[in-house]
Order: sequence, then structure tokens, then C-alpha cells
Amino acid sequence: MFQIFPTQASALASQVDLLYSFLVIVSVVMTLLIFAAVAFFAVRYRRRSESERPLLIDGSVRLEVAWSVIPFLVMLVMFGWGTYLFFKIYAPPGDALDIYVVGKQWMWKLQYPEGQREINELHVPVGQMVRLTMASEDVIHSFFVPAFRIKRDVVPGHYNTVSFQATKPGRYHLFCAEYCGTQHSGMIGWVTVMPVREYKDWLTLGGSDSMAQQGEKLFHQYGCSSCHLLDSPGRCPNLRNLFGHKVQLDDGRTIIADEAYIRESIINPNAKITYAFKRDVMPTFEGQISEEAILQLIVYIKSLAPTPAPAVSPEGRTQ
Amino acid sequence: MNIAVKADSPAVNYLNAEYGWKSWLFTTDHKRIALLYLVSITLFFFIGGFFAMLMRIELLTPRGDLVQADTYNKLFTMHGIVMIFFFLIPSIPAVLGNFFVPIMIGAKDLAFPRINLLSWYIYILGGIFTLSAILAGGVDTGWTFYTPFSSTYSNTYVMATALGVFITGFSSILTGLNFIVTIHKMRAPGMTWNRLPLFIWSNYATSLIQVLGTPVLAITILLLAAERLAHIGIFDPAIGGDPILFQHMFWFYSHPAVYIMILPGMGVMSELVACFSRKRVFGYSAVAMASLAIAVIGFLVWGHHMFVTGQSMYASMYFSFLSFLVAVPSAIKVFNWTATMYRGSISFQTPMLYAFGFIGLFTIGGLTGLFLATMAVDIHVTDTYFVVAHFHYVMVGGMVMAYLGGIHFWWPKMVGRMYPEGWAKLSALIVFVGFNLTFFPQFILGYLGMPRRYHAYAEEFQVLNVMSTAGASVLAVGYLLPMIYLIWSLKYGERAPANPWGAVGLEWMTSSPPPTFNFEATPEVTWEAYQYHEVNAPEVEVDG
Repeated sequence: MFQIFPTQASALASQVDLLYSFLVIVSVVMTLLIFAAVAFFAVRYRRRSESERPLLIDGSVRLEVAWSVIPFLVMLVMFGWGTYLFFKIYAPPGDALDIYVVGKQWMWKLQYPEGQREINELHVPVGQMVRLTMASEDVIHSFFVPAFRIKRDVVPGHYNTVSFQATKPGRYHLFCAEYCGTQHSGMIGWVTVMPVREYKDWLTLGGSDSMAQQGEKLFHQYGCSSCHLLDSPGRCPNLRNLFGHKVQLDDGRTIIADEAYIRESIINPNAKITYAFKRDVMPTFEGQISEEAILQLIVYIKSLAPTPAPAVSPEGRTQ
Repeated sequence: MNIAVKADSPAVNYLNAEYGWKSWLFTTDHKRIALLYLVSITLFFFIGGFFAMLMRIELLTPRGDLVQADTYNKLFTMHGIVMIFFFLIPSIPAVLGNFFVPIMIGAKDLAFPRINLLSWYIYILGGIFTLSAILAGGVDTGWTFYTPFSSTYSNTYVMATALGVFITGFSSILTGLNFIVTIHKMRAPGMTWNRLPLFIWSNYATSLIQVLGTPVLAITILLLAAERLAHIGIFDPAIGGDPILFQHMFWFYSHPAVYIMILPGMGVMSELVACFSRKRVFGYSAVAMASLAIAVIGFLVWGHHMFVTGQSMYASMYFSFLSFLVAVPSAIKVFNWTATMYRGSISFQTPMLYAFGFIGLFTIGGLTGLFLATMAVDIHVTDTYFVVAHFHYVMVGGMVMAYLGGIHFWWPKMVGRMYPEGWAKLSALIVFVGFNLTFFPQFILGYLGMPRRYHAYAEEFQVLNVMSTAGASVLAVGYLLPMIYLIWSLKYGERAPANPWGAVGLEWMTSSPPPTFNFEATPEVTWEAYQYHEVNAPEVEVDG
């Protein structure tokens, strides 16, 4: 059988397909209308003699208005529907399982808060909202799962997130969709959707430290703890109860401490200085720490704030 | 009843006025420069086509077995760069526009004949840079040069190629500038703006984009060079840059460039449909204004290439809305061409067959553009074969069809010989069938999720890829045939009369081929464009 639609394996896949089908139907109707008109005119008004001189028809304002306004109204439906669904697909989920993705020439590295790590394989439970926070170690990649109808670029220097709710157990393609060099077409993998209980079992197979524990080790290893001493006031801000909360900066702005802010403060500490603290106290860790390690630190710092507010703005990308 | 013809083939015309290679390489005659462009862009077209053919053969099987991954990446990069910057952008403006803009407004030449020649030399210089980069080993960044891959990671000839594109950009700017000044200042007496053929309007709109947009591409390439050569952090986050900034700058030019590639084709379409329906173009002013609207709104939609990059969702919303808006003037044009045929007198010579092909393919290309403007669907299909199919329907199904239609339409005027009608009709049919077989399966492939720029792919995609490759072989035949019979016609073609189609328009009122200064005397225009309904067509009035 000839396939037109990829498997629908996420909660929103059928909604995307419905919108797509609407577009296909409108397009087919329009194309047939134009083809029929052209074919009809071509036959009906074919030249019967060389001396034929048709009458002048100059145009019609009414028709011009009609075939500008009517298609535009149809397009407004596409725009409205497409925008509504777009915001739904990219909206930050409320309560979601966090999984962390690092794209790198030419592989996908995945880390689970529980400590599991994988390459080119993503395991998710069926029926639960999953949020991926994605970083790139080098060039731009793009995380694409056709069966879920989701795609999001993985951009170096930024955290992009994408979320989905898988609805059907199975194995689905994971592709890199943004050209990234020699083995771009080899930067592929599989998403395995499992029943919740199997997923729980699978998570315990690794038996390693959780991401927060790994982060805590790094926190000591990189010497962060010597200064960001958790409970005594020092030269550096206290990181307990930081994540997801407001931070007053020395330039008067107030920002929310999210993943992007923490990453930036590790790479470029002077970019945003907390009110009443001095610049040039902390050295940069640019080039000395991998994206995976930064994510572990972030998860650790997250774990120090028991009631984090949702960190990603509806804008999707935080500064 | 005949359309007025002032001269039978005169003994002396622009082709035989002078002989020798110097008379060509140092010519300032816009018609000869147009032929220089014709030869050069044809060469680039076949180079680009050769790359495409190798890619299609590679994609016959899911495994990457014909060429290495690096080679494949270079093939699609060079196919894109050669076809876009060295064929599509100059195609209609620099060949047909160069030849016919002055004649159609009753001028002796373009406003700046020497600058016109300079633009061809600049084009050739840029071409030499790019070709030598290809021969030296090629480039693998994709024609989009996305950073930080292009600025930091690629170890191919990025700068040589980008420099070629940078240089060629100036050729495009100069051509645009020349057209704008010519259309403003050199129209024959009586050739008012409302009497301009629509081909002129669309070239005017194109020129505006070339002059306003191309400098941004030049700036972007310079910034890329600053980062790649001097390690100044602009786009690479590792040295303090932002890779998304590059995409904004690149698409600020490259989306309008899409309209540089299609507007002139729309202009050709208006001429073809009017002539072979013997009707004034329905809604002349609507079609003319649609060209300008496309040129203006086209500058405001670039962000629709970036819905999945993480750009602000509200910015995406704005770009999505304006992308729908820019579809309206394109739709207006298609409806008007169709309406032009109503109660016309339609004949089916080759140029009209290409016009039919254009309407069909451009309609599909345009409508599938709406899928990409619809953000939720774009998330799924962007960077897949759906996008590849869409822009080939517009660029190849639209622009190349219009270009070939225009070449056949004006060939008798350009060289003074008729092309062989039977062969030409056959080729037009082959091109249409081959094109659809090549690119229609790619829409389905894209929705199924096959990403673009893949050297090897999952096995379930093979059947559609085989269809596409089969189509590409048919298409290749369809493109080779015209080259053969058009060259053949230079010597053996029937001698062309001044007006073989019974067309109106100043270019048909001078001899085939035209004299060096286009007209024996400056024409004075007393009629509207496309007066096909007049039994006695307008006489050319002669000064003095």
C-alpha cells in the first residue's frame, strides 16, 4: 500500500495531519479550478482562423477584488489554525519529564535526570508529557521525529526545548534535519516509546548516579562550591532556591534564573551580575566544560530549589 | 490587417554589423551582451544540472554507495550555488531583459551601455572564482552557508566560493540599476507608465529588489569572511557570536532573491498569454501593481525560514501572516492570466505550451508555499523533501518554464531564425512530464519525513526516490533537446519574419534580427499595451 502519512505516535500528530489534509483539499480544489478553466478556455476559444480578432476585455475591478479577498480569507483560516496549533506544539508543558539532549557532529547524546545516558536512542514512556532541553556542542542540528510531527533546531549557545506526548508504543525514526557536515545523514537514531512500567524498569537498569548527583560532583570538582558556598554569605550569590526565581541584577533589571541564565553565567560570568556582587570575581569556563556537564550542573542547581517556577518563557527561547 | 512591419530583414543588423571576437567582447550593444549572458548562463545551467544528475543517481539506492558523503554534500551545495547565483538570478533579467527591455520601451540601448558590459565581466569574474573553487575541491556548506558550520567547521573552499557569490552580486546590482534608470529615463515618446508591457513592470520590480537586497548579501558574506579569516566573533557562539543572526541576514536577501528569480518569469508569462490568446492581459494594472506588491512585501517575510530555530513565537506569527499576504498578489496574477484566455483566440505554439506548463506548476508551487507559511505544518515539513519539491516547483516549474517559453517566443527576434516547431513542442511536453515525475514524489517523501541533504536514507523512502530519479532522466532529455535544436536553427532554421506571431509590442515592429540601434527611427507610441483586438494594428509613427 502506498503511504501518504507517517505513523501518528504523538498526541498532536493527528491534529497536524488534519490541518495538513485541509491544506491539501484547498490546494487540490484550487488547482483543479484553475486547470479546468485553462483547459476549457484553451479548447473553447482555440484559434479557428488566422484573421480572428477577439474583442477587448479590459478587466474587472469586481473580479480582482473577489479573487484577492476570497483566497485571503481562506488563507486567514490557515493562518489562524496553523498559529493556534503551533503555539500548542511549542507551548511549555506544565508538568513534564525532563530529558536532556546534546547534539554533536554526528550523534545525539541523551541524559535522563535519573542518570541514564544513551547515544542515538531515546526512551520515553507512553502517555506522559516529555520535555527535551537541547544544546549543541558544535554546529546547528535539528531534532526531528516525523512520527511525532515535531522538529526543533539545536543551536549552539542556546537552549531550545521541545515537548511531546507519545501515544503509541513502538520504535520511531529520529533524524537530524539541519545540515551539519559530513555524516549529517548518519546523525540518526531511534525513539522507543514504552509502556510506563517498562520505562520505569528500564530507568533502573543503569544504576548510576542521578544527573543531580553527577552535577554535584562537578560542582565540587570545578571548585564552584568553594565560593558559591551554599549557606554562608560570600563573594558569590547563594545558589540555593535560585532556580526559577527572580534575580535582581546590578544594572537594575530583574530576570528569572532559568537554564539559559545559568549556562551563560558559567560561560560568561560577567554577562549578568547579581545586585550587590562584583564582576570579575568568577573565571570563565568557556571551552573547559562540555555541554553535557553544564546540563548536569543545571540539574543540580535546579535540585537546590525545591519549588521551581516554570523556567522557559512562552517565547520558547530565553536570552 | 497585418501588424505593421516596417522592414523586411535589412542587410545590416546587430549580428552582422561587425565581426570578430573583439566585436563581441568589447561590445556595448545590449543585444550582444544579452547573447554573451545567454551563452554563459547556459554553461552554468548544464554544470548545475550535471551535479543534480549525479545526486539523483546516488539517491537511487538508500545506501550512500555511488559517491562519498563529503562528495554528495559538495554536489548539493554546488548545485544550489551554481543554479541560484549563476543561472536563475541572471537568467531572465540578464538575457531576455537585457535584450528586450530597451526595445520594448523604444530605446536604442540601456542607459549605461558600458556598465552593462561591465556587469557581464563581473559576472564572469565571480563565475571564475566559484568554478575554480569547485575544481580545487568544492565546498560543502549548502548554498545557505549556515554558521557556525561555514564560519568555523567546514574545511572546504568556503571563502573562494563566497567571494565568487559576493562578486557576482555586483553584476546583479548593476543590471538592476541600469534597468531602473533605463525604464525611468529612456522610454520612447508616448510610452507612458500605463502603456508599458508587463514584462517591463516585472523587470522593474525585480531591479528594485536587486538594488536594495543584494548589498545585504554582500555585507553578510563580508561578516562571514571576518569571522572565518580573522576570527572576529559574529556568528559563532564559541567566540561570542550568534548563529541565528546569520540566518536573519542571509534570508533578508535570500527570500527577496526568490522573487528576483520568479518576477521576471511572471513578466514573460504576461507577454506569452496575451500574444497567444490575442487578448489584452486581463486586469493590466492589477498585474502591474501585483509585481510591485510582491517586491515590497517580499522584503518582510524572511523569518518564515526560521520557525523551528527558536526565534520568538510572536515574530514567527508576524512572518507567517505576511507570508500569506504575499501570496495574494501571486494568486492575482494566476487568475488574471487565466481570465486573459477567456474569449480569446488561443493558439498552441511552443511558447504557449510553456505558458500552460508555468500556470500548472507555479500554481502547485505557490499553493504548497501556503503549507510552509502555516506554522504548525512547517514544523513537520521544513528541512524535508517537501521544501525541496516546493521551491523546485516555483524555481524550475515556474522560472525555467517561463525562461524557455520566453527563449522560444523571442528566438526569431534574437537570431532571425525560427526554431523547429515540432521538436520544440515535443521537448516542452517532455520537460513537463519529466518535471512532475521528478518533483511530485518529493512532496510525499517530505511529509513522510525524509530530511533534505541526506546522502543515505531509510529504506522505506526508496520507491519514491526511484521515481524521482527516473523523472530527472526524462527532464535531462527535455533540457538537452532545446539546446541542440536551437543551435541547429542558427544555421538551418527558417528565416524569421519581423513578426512571426502576429504580436503587438515594439519589439515586433523592428526587423528580425533588429538593427544595432533597434529602430530605424525612434518610435512614437500612441497606443496602449496589448492592443490585440484592433483589426488594424498600430503603425509605427516615425519622427520627423
